[in-house]
Amino acid sequence: MNPVYIIGAGIHPFGRTEARSGREQGVYAVRQALADSGLEWSDLQCAYGGSAASGSADIMVNELGLTSLPFINVSNGCATGGSALASAQWAVASGAFDLALAVGFDKHDRGAFNASPRAYGLPDWYGQTGMMLTTQFFALKIQRYMQLHGITKRTLGLVAEKAFSNGAKADHAWRRNEVDLDTILNSPVINDPLTKYMFCSPGEGGVALILASERKMRELGADGVRIAAVAIKSRPPNSFEVFQPAISVKEGGKPTVLASKAAYEIAGIGPEDIDVAQLQDTESGAEIMHMAENGFCADGEQEEWLAEGRTKLDGKLPVNTDGGCLACGRLQPRLRSPWLVRGSHPPAIKVRTWGAWRARSLWSRAGRKGSAPQLGA
Amino acid sequence: MTALAPIAENLWTDEAKPRLIGGRLPSGEIVFPMPTGDAATGVEPYPLSRRGTLWSWTSQSFRPKSPYEGPGEGPHDFNPFLLGYVELPGEVIVETYIVDAELSDLKLGMPMEFTLAPFDATRATFAFRPEKSA
Repeated sequence: MNPVYIIGAGIHPFGRTEARSGREQGVYAVRQALADSGLEWSDLQCAYGGSAASGSADIMVNELGLTSLPFINVSNGCATGGSALASAQWAVASGAFDLALAVGFDKHDRGAFNASPRAYGLPDWYGQTGMMLTTQFFALKIQRYMQLHGITKRTLGLVAEKAFSNGAKADHAWRRNEVDLDTILNSPVINDPLTKYMFCSPGEGGVALILASERKMRELGADGVRIAAVAIKSRPPNSFEVFQPAISVKEGGKPTVLASKAAYEIAGIGPEDIDVAQLQDTESGAEIMHMAENGFCADGEQEEWLAEGRTKLDGKLPVNTDGGCLACGRLQPRLRSPWLVRGSHPPAIKVRTWGAWRARSLWSRAGRKGSAPQLGA
Repeated sequence: MTALAPIAENLWTDEAKPRLIGGRLPSGEIVFPMPTGDAATGVEPYPLSRRGTLWSWTSQSFRPKSPYEGPGEGPHDFNPFLLGYVELPGEVIVETYIVDAELSDLKLGMPMEFTLAPFDATRATFAFRPEKSA
């Protein structure tokens, strides 16, 4: 497979933007990515994108131009953005295309997502009784993890406190105010042990990335960040994930463990080589578990890591440097993490590599010396 | 309780001490609920144990959106409930309402027993509760 570089990145700020539809926020991000790369829309050779609640991504050609490019709509739940990126990366890595777009955008209603049992092959009673809720799943998973590995509620609170502290420094974040630990811990419980401030909220926004082959990047004289690896996995046998009326009594595998392992192998590095990580943080518990599932620490060590601030911006391994989903809100298509490596956030953080849960990706600087993006204001 | 209709057919057995109906796959693995349609091919209905241990738990503090059909109207008319997963040894771990308990009573691995609980004015659903002798 040929090396693939991100040569352009655009982002529409997260939060609530009454004046723009979800797709318009996506178009905004695409235009910004084109400007960042110095390209015209007509230069792009293929596109992958999607939203969960804002319609088909390929409709964007009405605004961007009818150039006949192949535009593949991606629909993969909250992995839509990551899947669009993976698809675009594979399209360029295969040699089939030299320039590709990956875009994700959305505009969600307020409140927890509601799901239809039948769409998931589940019986009606599962939804009727109120047991088919993503927020319950997150709580049930971290509750057991806390019991088994000695994680305290305070540590969950510290994850959220860090998120809002980082979000306050990120221009594109939705939640721009710091929230203190006591407020987080004493806010209303949504699903025990998770309180209101430990959950992200469905929001709005868009991210676009332009990917290029090495040959194309040199031809354009563009700067690029090389994608070290992308790996995506679905559930292995006996796993415990969302919307399961029952779980196997056999201990199963974890998709994130498999995906991060695959990504490390492709990249030829290990978790110890990662300098900064953007981990899926739908709620505080997810970030805690993904620290271990990506190999950064052993189960239970998060207690010490958070207490010592090792995942803060000035820590050993900054995690979710723009406040993650907790501060930016949750979009189904999630491309914020790869945008960060190209974009100008956060100040003073040297980005070399990172792993992301939903994108399940690893990134590295361009191999060419001096070609890395200038990070920081 | 007998006046209440089950929230779904074939979810638990119709006997004095009802049991959830799972399925036994040709491999011997036990699943819940019993699959339907083509997925039920080769799967034998398998009544599950009435006793197990608490695997995880949480509280539901806000009214779920549709398709939730619990009693009350509007987002603020809602009775919070407890739910969790109960491990039925050697069988399967089932997601269930937890009744006759406070959040602070719940402990990992505590013995739980099957029961039926009112869901709304006309229907019953299944639940587990801390074992009486425990």
